[in-house]
Amino acid sequence: MSSIVSVQGLTKVFPGGLKALKGVDLEIEEGEVLALLGPNGAGKTTLISIICGLTTMSGGRVTVGGHEITRDFRAARELIGLVPQELHVEGFEKVINTVRFTRGLFGKKPDDALIEQILMDLALWDKRNEKIIELSGGMKRRVMIAKALAHEPRVLFLDEPTAGVDVELRQSMWQVMRGLKDRGVTIILTTHYIEEAEAMADRVGVINHGELLLVEETGPLMTRMGRKTLTVDLSAPIDAVPGPLAARGVELGNGGTSLVYTYDTAAEQTGITDLLSDIREAGLHLADLHTRQSSLEDIFVDLVNGSTR
Amino acid sequence: MNLQAIRAIYLFEMARTFRTIWQSIVSPVISTSLYFIVFGAAIGSRIETVEGVSYGAFIVPGLIMLTVLQQSVTNAAFGIYFPKFVGTIYEVLSAPVTVIEIVIGYVGAAATKALMIGLIIFATAHLFVDLPIVHPVWMIAFLVMTTFSFAMLGFILGIWAKNFEQLNLVPMLVITPLVFLGGSFYSITMLPPVWQTITLFNPVVYLISGFRWSFFGTADVPVAASLAAIALFAGLCLLAIWAIFRTGWRLRS
Repeated sequence: MSSIVSVQGLTKVFPGGLKALKGVDLEIEEGEVLALLGPNGAGKTTLISIICGLTTMSGGRVTVGGHEITRDFRAARELIGLVPQELHVEGFEKVINTVRFTRGLFGKKPDDALIEQILMDLALWDKRNEKIIELSGGMKRRVMIAKALAHEPRVLFLDEPTAGVDVELRQSMWQVMRGLKDRGVTIILTTHYIEEAEAMADRVGVINHGELLLVEETGPLMTRMGRKTLTVDLSAPIDAVPGPLAARGVELGNGGTSLVYTYDTAAEQTGITDLLSDIREAGLHLADLHTRQSSLEDIFVDLVNGSTR
Repeated sequence: MNLQAIRAIYLFEMARTFRTIWQSIVSPVISTSLYFIVFGAAIGSRIETVEGVSYGAFIVPGLIMLTVLQQSVTNAAFGIYFPKFVGTIYEVLSAPVTVIEIVIGYVGAAATKALMIGLIIFATAHLFVDLPIVHPVWMIAFLVMTTFSFAMLGFILGIWAKNFEQLNLVPMLVITPLVFLGGSFYSITMLPPVWQTITLFNPVVYLISGFRWSFFGTADVPVAASLAAIALFAGLCLLAIWAIFRTGWRLRS
C-alpha cells in the first residue's frame, strides 16, 4: 500500500508562542482507518486543520495524493472531505441544497443520483427538504458528513464524529464508516472514545503536547499491551513481598494489603495456579481476588502520562 | 478555473435572496418610493428644475445609487459574514477554490442582487416622472461597475466584522452619509465654494455625477474622473481582498 497522506516534520506555532505541533511525521496508507487519540489540546484538530487548509503551517511538508497542500492545493483538496468537530450548519437551508452546494464548491458537476445515495446511506433522504435548523443534533452531524462526502473524497477526516452522539447513532455512524472503508475511502478520525478506535481503526496514533507518541496497528498494539492484572486482596497487610512471589514479578499494592500480578493472556501458561500455591505456602490469607483486562484506554493513559513526566 | 464552485456559491447566495424576497427586494423599493414621494413632491414643488432637469427626475440617479450602494455593501458583507458567524466558512476555506473564484461567487451574487434592485427602482421611478436617458449603455455600465466595486468593499467588511454591530456600522455611519453628502439630492454646484472643494474628497460624488451624466448628459465632475475613481476604488478593493486571503487575516488561524 502507498501513502495517500504524507506529513513530514510538521510544526505549528500559534501567534503568542503556543507550539501546537512539534515536528509531526505521519504516513497514512490508502484505504486504512487511522484513529488519532489524544487529550484535549493535544494537537489533533490542528493537525487535521492544516492538512485540510483551515490553518497555515509553520514548518514542514504535507502531501495528499502526492500533491503538496499549499503549492498544489487544488488537486490536494479535491481529494479531501472534512467533518469538523463543531456543528457548523446553515440553519435556514434545506438539507439537500447544502449538500449540493458542497459538491459544486469542490468542482464537481451536479449528480442528483449520487446525492440521493449519500442521503439514503445516512438516513437523511426523508429529511432532504427540511431546513437544517429543524433537525436534531445527531441529524445535523449526519448532514455534515453528507456534505463532506458529496464530492466523493478519497480521504475523509472526521474530527470527533461521535462526540455527544447517542449509542444508536454512534452505531449507525460506524456502519457508514465501514461502508466507506469498503469503498476504499481512507478515513482519519479523532476520538476520545477508545472503544471507537478499537472498533473502527486499522491503526491507532496517539498524540499529546503536539507530538505523535506512537502509530501502531490496533490488533498488535492491543495484544502487546493487552495484559491482565490479577489483584489479590490480603486479610492482613504485609511489609514486603515474600521471596518466591517477588521472583514471579508480584508487586505490593494498596499500602501492603494486596498483591498485584500482571500476566499475558495470550501466553501458554499464565502462572496463576503456581502463584496461588506460593501464596498459600507463604502463609498469606486471601480476602478477595479479581482480574482486570487493560484496554487501549490504559495504554493511552500510560503513554500520555509518560509523555507529561 | 473552478467554474462549478463559482456557480455553486453564486446560486447558493441567489437562493438566499429569493428566500428572503420581501426583505431583499420589496423593502428597498418601498423605502425608495417614500424618498421619492417626500423629496420629489415636497421639495420638488419648491425647486422647479436643476440644471434644466425637473427636480423629480434629477434625484432619480441619486436615489438609485443610494440604495444600490447600501445593497451592494450589505449583501456582500452579510454573504461572507454569515458563514463566518455560523462556522460554515470552513467549507469554503478547505475547498479547491482560489480567491478570485470565491470573490466572483460572493461578490457577483451581491452585485446581481443590488443591480436587480437598482433596475426595479428605476422602473418604479418611471411611475412618478418622465425619465430621459441620454446614454443607456453607460447607465448600465456605471450601475454594474458600482455594484461590483461596492460589493467588494462589502466583502472586505464582512471579513473584517467580528459581530453584527460592526457589520452594520460601515453602511450606516459611512455609506449613507457619503451618499447623502455626495449630491444625491442636489447638484454640488449649488453648494458654497468651500464645500464644493471638500465634497470632491467624497468618492460617491464621482459615482453619482457619472451616473447622472448617463441620464441627463450633465455632470458635476468630468465623466473620465468618475470612471477613474471607480476603477481606482475597485482596484484597491481587489488588492485588499487578495492580501486578506494571502495572509489569512481573520479567516485562517
